[in-house]
Amino acid sequence: MAVICSARQALAGLTGGMSVMVAGFLGVGTPEELVGAVIESGVTGLTVIANDSAFPGVGVGRLQDSKQIGKLHASYIGGHSDTGKCMETGEMDVVLTPQGTLAEQIRAGGSGLGGFLTPTGVGTVVANGKQEMTVNGRTYLLELPLKADFALLRAHRADAAGNLIYRNSARNFNPLMAMAAEVVVAEVDEVVPVGAIAPEEVMTPGIFIDYIVIRGEKNG
Amino acid sequence: MAEQDRRGRIARRVTLELADGSVVNLGIGMPTLVANYLPPGVAIILQSENGFLGLGPEPSPEEADKDLVNAGGKPVTILPGGAFFDSAMSFAIIRGGHVDATVLGALEVDEKGNLANWMVPGRRVPGMGGAMDLVVGAKRVIVAMEHVNRDGSPKIVRECTLPLTAKGEVDLIVTDLAVIEVRQDGLQLLEIAADTTVEAVLAATGVPLSVPAGGVPVFGA
Repeated sequence: MAVICSARQALAGLTGGMSVMVAGFLGVGTPEELVGAVIESGVTGLTVIANDSAFPGVGVGRLQDSKQIGKLHASYIGGHSDTGKCMETGEMDVVLTPQGTLAEQIRAGGSGLGGFLTPTGVGTVVANGKQEMTVNGRTYLLELPLKADFALLRAHRADAAGNLIYRNSARNFNPLMAMAAEVVVAEVDEVVPVGAIAPEEVMTPGIFIDYIVIRGEKNG
Repeated sequence: MAEQDRRGRIARRVTLELADGSVVNLGIGMPTLVANYLPPGVAIILQSENGFLGLGPEPSPEEADKDLVNAGGKPVTILPGGAFFDSAMSFAIIRGGHVDATVLGALEVDEKGNLANWMVPGRRVPGMGGAMDLVVGAKRVIVAMEHVNRDGSPKIVRECTLPLTAKGEVDLIVTDLAVIEVRQDGLQLLEIAADTTVEAVLAATGVPLSVPAGGVPVFGA
């Protein structure tokens, strides 16, 4: 059962060097208050798994600004010039991954799969160091699953059981990351009673959610 | 010809490759213009890799919704009949062959249909985003770009020197000067722009093109 609490309480178990999935696409669908709580915690050396490093001052970009990331898995870092600079200097380890592969790595991580075969990246630098397999005459890369200690989600509405609904294109990586971490925290606009969200409208089942943080509430 | 006119010409020519009802992903930048030039009676379904089908035009500032953006992070709209989904479904659509065509820009394309469009080592490493999946997964890959670089050097070359986005996946190249098809045995010149010549196109291309006997059709008149 999901617990409704403050961002600080939800992230009490976060320590330096942990892995954190942060949902969103260029900041859309990213839980800004949870990101703020990570910054407040001051932990460093995080392995962050996110689609992108967004922009300075926005979403994952704020963790880039605060220099709390040691390693980043992302598909796009073009919106925040510091990510590329830190990659060049070796200050940060950046694993650039095709977006579809990154999404599927997270899905696989949460789905109990040992990996998957994708044609994406064959014949490119993405294939470096990866096992290639030929199935029915087509060459694929073996890509491995990703899991994390924490997943930070942004949903529009939750019911008290943790069932989630996302708004518009803010869904993106949220439902995948919900399945792939030990501790899953959802930042939401509102919480409604159990039953107020029809079962067929649920986008992420509540069993995946550990903590719900209501935006704008200073409760601890 | 002004850059804006060249881009419009490329976009207009690309629309002729898109059948009514097809599912299309347009890359950020010039390919996005293609949607503005569709002829009457041709409606395509635009896929946005951040998670929806039915991408519509840019909203007015008052209508903009912070939770509704395109793959470049810019405010957009969704048309009636559209659908939102998560990133795994978005790329299942892309890799699974459910996108009829993708239109995207290039730094280099070569005679084997190899494409380089995601990084310049030591200069610009923005990441590949969804481009590698799109180029591998779309049924048809159309490169839409200016024929040459700003310094006049060819972008269509014998062999790409920049890191590849994908190997052997490009089907058609549409530029401000020519329409070129990638075939098993090399590049075939299909059409030339109204204000150029076959000789000029060949001179601006870094690899020989097969030229059809009996004249090359003209576009962009």
